[in-house]
Amino acid sequence: MITATQTAVKEKNYINAEDGLMSWLLTEDHKRIALLYLIVVTGFFAIGGLFAALIRIELATPAGDLFDSNTYNKVFTMHGVIMVFFFLIPSIPAILGNFLLPLMIGAKDLAFPRINLLSWYVYMVGGVMILYVLFSGGVDTGWTFYTPFSTSYSNGYVIAAGLAIFVNGFSSILTGLNFVVTVHRMRAPGMTWFRLPLFVWAHYATGAIMILGTPVIAVTLFLLVLERGLHIGFFDPAYGGDPILFQHMFWFYSHPAVYIMILPSMGVISEVISTFSSKKPFGYTFIAFSSIAIAVFGFLVWGHHLFVSSQSAYAGMVFSVLSMIVAIPSAIKVFNWTSTMYKGSVRLTTPMLYAIGFMGLFTIGGLTGLFLASMGMDVHLTDTYFVIAHFHYVMVGGAILGYLAGIHFWWPKMFGKMYDENWSRLSAVIIFVGFNLTFFPQFLLGYMGMPRRYHVYPPEFQVLNVLSSAGASLVGLGFLIPLTYLLWSLKYGPDAPPNPWGATGLEWQTTSPPPKHNFEITPVVTHEAYDYDALYKREGGHVG
Amino acid sequence: MMEAKNFQLFPETASSIANQVDALYVFLVLVSAFFSLLIAFVVVFFAIKYRHRPENGPPIAHAEEEHGVGGMILEIVWSVIPLLLSLVMFGWGAAIFFTESRPPADSMEIYVTGKQWMWKIQHMEGAREINELHVPIDRDIKLTMTSEDVIHDFYVPAFRTKADVVPGKYVVEWFKPTKIGAYHIFCAEYCGTKHSGMIGTVYVMSQADFDKWLGAGGGEGSMAEQGQSLFNQLGCGNCHPSLVNDNNGRCPNLNNLFGSQVDLKDGSRVRADESYIRESILYPQAKIVAGYDDIMPTFKGLITEDGMLKLIEYVKSLGPPAGVVDRATPLPVETSTSPNPSTHMLPQGKTAPQPKTAPRPAPAPQGNQ
Repeated sequence: MITATQTAVKEKNYINAEDGLMSWLLTEDHKRIALLYLIVVTGFFAIGGLFAALIRIELATPAGDLFDSNTYNKVFTMHGVIMVFFFLIPSIPAILGNFLLPLMIGAKDLAFPRINLLSWYVYMVGGVMILYVLFSGGVDTGWTFYTPFSTSYSNGYVIAAGLAIFVNGFSSILTGLNFVVTVHRMRAPGMTWFRLPLFVWAHYATGAIMILGTPVIAVTLFLLVLERGLHIGFFDPAYGGDPILFQHMFWFYSHPAVYIMILPSMGVISEVISTFSSKKPFGYTFIAFSSIAIAVFGFLVWGHHLFVSSQSAYAGMVFSVLSMIVAIPSAIKVFNWTSTMYKGSVRLTTPMLYAIGFMGLFTIGGLTGLFLASMGMDVHLTDTYFVIAHFHYVMVGGAILGYLAGIHFWWPKMFGKMYDENWSRLSAVIIFVGFNLTFFPQFLLGYMGMPRRYHVYPPEFQVLNVLSSAGASLVGLGFLIPLTYLLWSLKYGPDAPPNPWGATGLEWQTTSPPPKHNFEITPVVTHEAYDYDALYKREGGHVG
Repeated sequence: MMEAKNFQLFPETASSIANQVDALYVFLVLVSAFFSLLIAFVVVFFAIKYRHRPENGPPIAHAEEEHGVGGMILEIVWSVIPLLLSLVMFGWGAAIFFTESRPPADSMEIYVTGKQWMWKIQHMEGAREINELHVPIDRDIKLTMTSEDVIHDFYVPAFRTKADVVPGKYVVEWFKPTKIGAYHIFCAEYCGTKHSGMIGTVYVMSQADFDKWLGAGGGEGSMAEQGQSLFNQLGCGNCHPSLVNDNNGRCPNLNNLFGSQVDLKDGSRVRADESYIRESILYPQAKIVAGYDDIMPTFKGLITEDGMLKLIEYVKSLGPPAGVVDRATPLPVETSTSPNPSTHMLPQGKTAPQPKTAPRPAPAPQGNQ
């Protein structure tokens, strides 16, 4: 099969199998739905990025000279809401997960193709609602919607924003449900649990969090809407509510949501490092189970966001120690990835550069998380720029670099085209350098005490803020370059072979791009994942 | 300090807890730097040493030598070492946190009310400030705080401490300033349009300067005295016996109430702290004292948060004196929390500790420095 497709010129694949807009809008093909997500999610990333740029321009000087305070507050709120709920959460699962999960387990599609399409439409409805909020004047609560500010004092479109996220959450739930059922029910013959690629393990864990966690944020935001709209007292003490209850409910979802963002990225990194070291991941079972451990323990640490909120000190202790424990599975992953490279045959391709960048930045992001899990330290650091720096190291340095690694790794599979390797490596380096310049100074700002969400700030913080803004412009440039060469590759890039990287996954055994039903013949799995010996015997070592 | 410089890398260190927090920070930075550099070095080293050379043909797959006992030992080692280190971080951080959440028993009390977008400060002696807080050096200062509207957060980076200021309840934050100077107060919990304008200054002064400052301001009497006028104005004394130690039978006696255990009608017991007094005034039906009827009307909407604090201070002034009961400290008090016992001493060695429950403590006589 493989040698035949090598020489094939233009076969029917999932992209050209059917024509016309309706064939896309009504498609039940997981690969096409992934592309629908790719387009819209990229659009939201651009909007969220634009708001990030506005924030960094405003903060280049201590005075508030670009916007008034009200506008600035809306800008950072929209940045947070869009990046968290409309970019980071759907990015890897809904695009790469959707595209790859069935391919990796040798299935024709996800378990529920129509629900998969539905989840995209639900996401679109939520997206249109958040755009309505944006164009009608925005919302100024911060992405955390803390009460009673959001329910009784904010003058923005809180109800519309809350409902947008409420609706959007169902998209997440449906995707998670589809993933979990698919992994249970749709594996090809011979694809046992411990032959699953680590990307699949990570998405299985992610799907479980989506199903269990997302309903809680939906309920929370619904209560918020009820209180703001109908003055039913849940959170505002003026109506007999408890403002801290909101924080418990919000973080019960929103902390696990951090793992919804980072686990899929970890799955990507496991694939990329193994492939470009030509070596089975060191400690496969440890990496697989660490994903599950993160999903489980991730639900038990939400209270570390409330150390200074008047939560009981004893409750704080429990959350602190559990937060320390949830760091261990992440450490295990990093050590195993590093060991995977040992005695490997390392190729510094673009995805590998991103993966290496991920390991460095995620390590810093994870370690600085320990600062915040340590209660006495958190009292000083929480709600300062230290927190901002920490979660951007995890969310950008971790989740987004993982996303870029994945996009570059599977781009040839998704579109059947190769991109320009020099430009892509250059932009990976620019993003890495720019990212550190943007966010490392924010650790220092945070320790000095600069609070987050400050529109104007005292002059002693200026130099570090200027460095941060300079870095942000580099990051912006770094993101524009891939947009250019990836689009360019669609028209002018050389055709991709089925397995350009010498990777072991089943997705590399079908054509690039895959046919509509993924495999001409349902594959029978006879090897473990990452069996490079078998791959080279089969393919005669032509790859590389 | 707040001179107009635009570059700084480390905050001022101006409280007894700040050095402890900095020590933990240094430990965390060293551990993080070690592991970050280790990972970075090893990854770069492997990427170079084991790089694929195209002239040697396709990448070579390696035999699986790692999955023996050696692999398992490695997994255990790199799980257990981070776990132990992180438990040290937990214990150290928890120890500091508990110090921070237990104000020493003889702390000087100051009341803070946050509102969009200002800080209102009331000293027990009657002095009031807005967005400024004057405190004497080397005294334990306890802030009892609440908010009139949304959640705020009283943050002094130079003291390395902050606490959310939550509407509907009283929260406590304490510190012991160790360095004379002026330091930022930031609101650290996002509170709306002018959040970044909700800033102020703590002035740490010598005891002598502080006494002079305190003596200069406020002609309205102490907080307890103002609370007493409010108490009379609202007619509380018509039912609640307070000044004399009698009981006319209709409503609970307020003498020696504060800090004591109160038996309730439903059989439970509650400690009469600030939150209990506040709740009893705003929601009298919430907790009925055993032996009394639910006859008190609510005073919700009739008393400002500032006024509430004055009433509470008045109830406190009715005794019992501090030290007899453990007052309004959320956790058992330990007095040996200071890292440096000598800082308990007042610098001039002349000022006697002041009884803090006296409605108007007389300024200790002492000369200027």
